[in-house]
Amino acid sequence: MADTVPRLRTAGYNLYYGSFRALRDITIDIPENSITAIIGPSGCGKSTFLRSFNRMNELIPGVTVTGKVLLDGEDIFRADVVALRRKVGMVFQRPNPFPKSIFDNVSYGPRIHGTRDRGVLASIVERSLRDAALWDEVKDDQQKSALALSGGQQQRLCIARALAVEPEVILMDEPASALDPVATMRIEELMQSLKQRYTIVIVTHNMQQAARVSDFTAFMMTDGFRAGNLVEFGATKQIFTTPADSRTEDYISGRFG
Amino acid sequence: MTRKGAVESAMRTVLLCAGLASLLIVAMTGIFILREAMPAFREVGVWRLLSGSEWRPGQELYGLLPMIAGSGLVTLGAVCLGLPIALGCGIFLAETAPGWIRGVVKPSIELLAGIPSVVYGLFGLVVLVPAVRGFDYPGNAGFGLLSASIVLAVMILPTIASVSEVAIRSVPDEYRKGALALGSTRWEMIRTVVLPAARSGILSAVVLGLGRAVGETIAMIMVIGNSVMMPSAMGGPLPGIFLSRARTLTGNIAVEMSYATGLHSSALFATGVVLFVLIMLVNSAARALMARNAGGGRG
Repeated sequence: MADTVPRLRTAGYNLYYGSFRALRDITIDIPENSITAIIGPSGCGKSTFLRSFNRMNELIPGVTVTGKVLLDGEDIFRADVVALRRKVGMVFQRPNPFPKSIFDNVSYGPRIHGTRDRGVLASIVERSLRDAALWDEVKDDQQKSALALSGGQQQRLCIARALAVEPEVILMDEPASALDPVATMRIEELMQSLKQRYTIVIVTHNMQQAARVSDFTAFMMTDGFRAGNLVEFGATKQIFTTPADSRTEDYISGRFG
Repeated sequence: MTRKGAVESAMRTVLLCAGLASLLIVAMTGIFILREAMPAFREVGVWRLLSGSEWRPGQELYGLLPMIAGSGLVTLGAVCLGLPIALGCGIFLAETAPGWIRGVVKPSIELLAGIPSVVYGLFGLVVLVPAVRGFDYPGNAGFGLLSASIVLAVMILPTIASVSEVAIRSVPDEYRKGALALGSTRWEMIRTVVLPAARSGILSAVVLGLGRAVGETIAMIMVIGNSVMMPSAMGGPLPGIFLSRARTLTGNIAVEMSYATGLHSSALFATGVVLFVLIMLVNSAARALMARNAGGGRG
């Protein structure tokens, strides 16, 4: 890991729902241009942790945090949240295209950020759809409602929509859990091609998926007080072959979770 | 048949009768009004009733156009004034209101819906009419379309506000999260994603408000002036038309029914038929919109 630069970093990060501590003291360096998978049993706080990077937890009433989350060395809690979310895109568990046309979905981000020119928007849409490996399937039908696409296509559309604002980081919250195996495979291939230019953090409950796609793996678990914490973080190969912590080994060998 | 089975089938019959009864009542009302209106339709003619601009029962002139214009304009005015406030209210309640404010505002809107219309009329009479009279404009008497539009705007506000609140609330949260995650502000999210997704629900809220507006009677009689005349700007600029006195279709019936006989009486029933058809159109528009809303036509 020494040859990579951390793009995202947390230090002594805690998150509370009211008085309940959901995340405890998480410190992690996520390297750029790589895929980092966050794995762990249900309820260990991995999705909550993922949402910390674009401050989506703030939508939940009663959430407070302590400690630091840094993007390129800057404290994200001091940054403008709109600017932060431009840099840190997100793909959700269930595909959530807007009830608009394919074109309007992908051009949504650039448009709210001030791009008006139709030609510019069209080229952004094309580039994003190409990057999301969806262009060939929809290029002649961009005015069609996004809701008419299949689930897998919708998810790739959501990825294209996130790419259109040119983020640095893409957060993916179990992006394939609602998809069939073929669509899942396409998303995984897509992630491989995207990591050349983006830093990707993916939450998955599927250990095979984590092993297949990620470069680094973070294993989270709840402690005795039901607060999620980071058990082990390292290169995926090492985590899956020679884990340092016995709990990691128990989990990946399927002894619990 | 077992005892349970007997109760079951009796229940079904009772409920069926109740359902049929309402259908029967609507049909009977329609037929009755239509039958009473027939002489007017025969002797005056449907087209002359609808397009005639003179209503002078003494001279056997029965043109409903001034009342159609009056009802139309006052409804238009009410929607123009009421819709922005009502929609703002709906958005506020559904999207931004903190719990305790919502707990105060929502019941008061519901209360607004429950106030008898004659009370709104009184309010219009003692507050709005004198205030509108303050505008220096030739022929302005305070009574007229503007005062009536304001009263009506307040009366349709609760309908539009609560129906559009429900429509906005039913927009899936995934859309909101998607928009926010792309870096939109809360207002951008509401304007570009939530409202378009709730569009057909909001439209049906407006149409329901229209239905209420077209049917309102007593409050209109109290503030609109009731003169049988084509609303006009009285020589001034076009918006001045709202300072004109007018009469609504509903008011036409209520004001004259007590002394009407013969053809005059039948012409008032014909006014009722026109209202009946108008409301039917409005309601089916609302139903069509809501069906589209429910049927996955979320675009």
